[in-house]
Amino acid sequence: MSNKEKSLFDAFAARHLGRRELLDRAAKLGLGAAATSAMLNAAQSRAMAADYDWMANKGQTLRLLLNKHPYADAAITNLKHFEEMTGIKVSYDVFPEDVYFDKVTAALSSKSTQYDVFMTGAYQTWQYGPAGWLVDLNQFIKDPSKTAPTYDWEDILPNLRSSTSWSGKPGEALGGPGAKQWAMPWGFEINDVSFNKKMLAAQGMEPPKNLPDLIDKAAQISTKVPGAYGIGVRGSRSWATIHAGYLSGFTNYGGKDFSTEGGSLKPIMNSKEGKDFTKLWLDMLHKGGPKNWTQYTWYEVANDLGAGTSAMIYDADIIGFFQQTGTKEAGNIGYEAFTPNPDAKAPTPNIWIWGLAMSAFSGKQDAAWRFMQWASGTEQLTFGATKANQVDPVRQSVWNDGDFKTRLNATYPGFLEEFNGAAPGAKIYFTPQPLFFNVTTDWAAALQKMYAGQVSVDDGLDQLATNIASQLSDAGITN
Amino acid sequence: MSASHAAVSPDLAEPKGVVRKRGAGLLPYLLSLPALLVCVGILVPFVTAVFYSLERYNLAFPQARKFIWFGNYIKLAQSSEFWRTVEVSLLYTVFTVGFELLIGLGIALLLWRRSLVTNLLNILLILPLMVAPAIASLMWKLMTNANFGILSYLVSELGFPNFRWATAPGSALFTVVLVDVWVYTPFIAILLLAGLRGLPSQPFEAAELDGVPQSFVFFRILLPMLAPYVLTATLFRMLDSIQQFDIIYAMTQGGPGDTLMVFQIQSYLQAFTFTNIGRSSAILMVLWAITYALSKYFMSTWTRLRERAHGLA
Repeated sequence: MSNKEKSLFDAFAARHLGRRELLDRAAKLGLGAAATSAMLNAAQSRAMAADYDWMANKGQTLRLLLNKHPYADAAITNLKHFEEMTGIKVSYDVFPEDVYFDKVTAALSSKSTQYDVFMTGAYQTWQYGPAGWLVDLNQFIKDPSKTAPTYDWEDILPNLRSSTSWSGKPGEALGGPGAKQWAMPWGFEINDVSFNKKMLAAQGMEPPKNLPDLIDKAAQISTKVPGAYGIGVRGSRSWATIHAGYLSGFTNYGGKDFSTEGGSLKPIMNSKEGKDFTKLWLDMLHKGGPKNWTQYTWYEVANDLGAGTSAMIYDADIIGFFQQTGTKEAGNIGYEAFTPNPDAKAPTPNIWIWGLAMSAFSGKQDAAWRFMQWASGTEQLTFGATKANQVDPVRQSVWNDGDFKTRLNATYPGFLEEFNGAAPGAKIYFTPQPLFFNVTTDWAAALQKMYAGQVSVDDGLDQLATNIASQLSDAGITN
Repeated sequence: MSASHAAVSPDLAEPKGVVRKRGAGLLPYLLSLPALLVCVGILVPFVTAVFYSLERYNLAFPQARKFIWFGNYIKLAQSSEFWRTVEVSLLYTVFTVGFELLIGLGIALLLWRRSLVTNLLNILLILPLMVAPAIASLMWKLMTNANFGILSYLVSELGFPNFRWATAPGSALFTVVLVDVWVYTPFIAILLLAGLRGLPSQPFEAAELDGVPQSFVFFRILLPMLAPYVLTATLFRMLDSIQQFDIIYAMTQGGPGDTLMVFQIQSYLQAFTFTNIGRSSAILMVLWAITYALSKYFMSTWTRLRERAHGLA
């Protein structure tokens, strides 16, 4: 490599040069795509290595536990870069989501040293963290001797940083005083409305403006379009049913899961606001939802949108992203920053965060931290967002990246606008407490009962609140 | 030489020329060692589960772990959800085993006489058994899909356009029983067919010569002789049905609401989703007690019937 070429790539790695300009200049120097890619990797390694010893754990082997997901795929694709930069060998196990968290729970609860780093959801850290299974990452992030100067922690979106940190005291705010950083945000999902532009246009409809409007349009589509229905949302008897569209709308209508009056948790999902919203939600399902709603996971919601069976979904925006290519309805998907409550000023989407966490039983924590820095660093996440499917990226710099914007605008028109409209209010709206999965699983079961008419909404939510209060007391969380 | 050795009969003495190898005395113990290891392998987790069931033990609250004697069992007994679990588990067992026995016996009788067709059907009959129950459930989930499922289409043609299969509380139990019957009826049919083909032919020939009515032959000759096989099949299926997990979990996850919240799903959720090991173990212990009682009853009945079938009673 000539000095001229080296300077060119170093300038890019130091962010003095845009990607397009880099490619133009590289072409002028007569460099092919393969050579450009190799030199880019080398320059990025040099930039990352400045003032930080990436090779300190050379020769060690890390073992990762990963969920089968585009985020994991992006890291695996580029793993060689990390291994060359650090001299650390990486092996990994990948499990499908159906069994993934069972595997994590089994590995951590048995204090196994098998895995050093694993993928986790933010909600799961409310169980794993207080149980003593995770390392508080603040000890690395806040120690300049352990963290590379190029690792820009502040670049990660603030709501994501706070949503993955918690003190462990039930009811205390995420990211509040004394919060421990249980995971590094790695990718996230904003729960919002994605829709089939073609199907709505065929009915002369605009995207829905609010929940009553959505119900009306969903009902019309279910009635008028043969073989299709209006709105797809999750409905299986699982915690995952609650955290997506339902809680986003519930929050927008003023509902909350708990109050923390007097320092004690009190279930209040049965408030008037909560009941009013839940009635609307069930009305939406009865008039425009899928007939077998109680079996719907994110997978069915996604498939129906891509197959043209549903006109709209109220779920993770990345579902809309992935259905935009390689499906029957590819190119027809639109995105909306959705404010369900006509009286609300802005969307309040609840989010799902995939993060990377470090096992407290790992004997290679320094090496693990190097991997976590690399995997959640600007370079890798830019690679993931532009060359793979690691959306939504957790770093502001990646959202600002010209190539990423170009990619979104070319293939996913409206996605960036949806993100910009929803992001300011996007965060975890659940009250953190270790019985999260009990609460949300029982909530989903209660919704199914209300949907089937086994119990009224008022009685169903009242019974749920009573049941949750009892569970909190049994667990010693409340008196 | 001790007195006991001196008393050994000359007939039992080792023949001349046979040299007892050193260490041969250990052989019986070595031969039974694998069985001992298996027993220990089973007993250790069992005893551990019994111990956990007597603890307040939630993985998310390690500091709150303590021995509470029968606290988990008392909580279960006070919970209406638990009694619903007992009820639905028993209903599921009765319906699946009942239908599978009836249909399985019918199929076995149809295949009793050997011919080219019955031999071919014998082979085809085994096919559903080769499908993993979870996969079978997914197939049925697709076939009963309200939007495109073939079964949904067929029942709508029969005048039930809104039949919701596993997604409605009123039809969920029927649907999962149907899947179980589809998967496991061949097992019962094959077991009973083997029994039928092993029965002596003389009683049936004598009945035919005497002009005994077919109903008499069926109820008073065939069924009593086949009873040990029926009981064996019932025992196998009953133990499996009361511990059902995969079919119900794959189709409904225990829903809609709490409609199909059987023992194993309840226990799985408690352990893996709620990390409540104490409660989960207590549920499994109750399931074990029910299973043990049923097995004991069926085994003693089986022994009695077998003796009767062999004319020893």
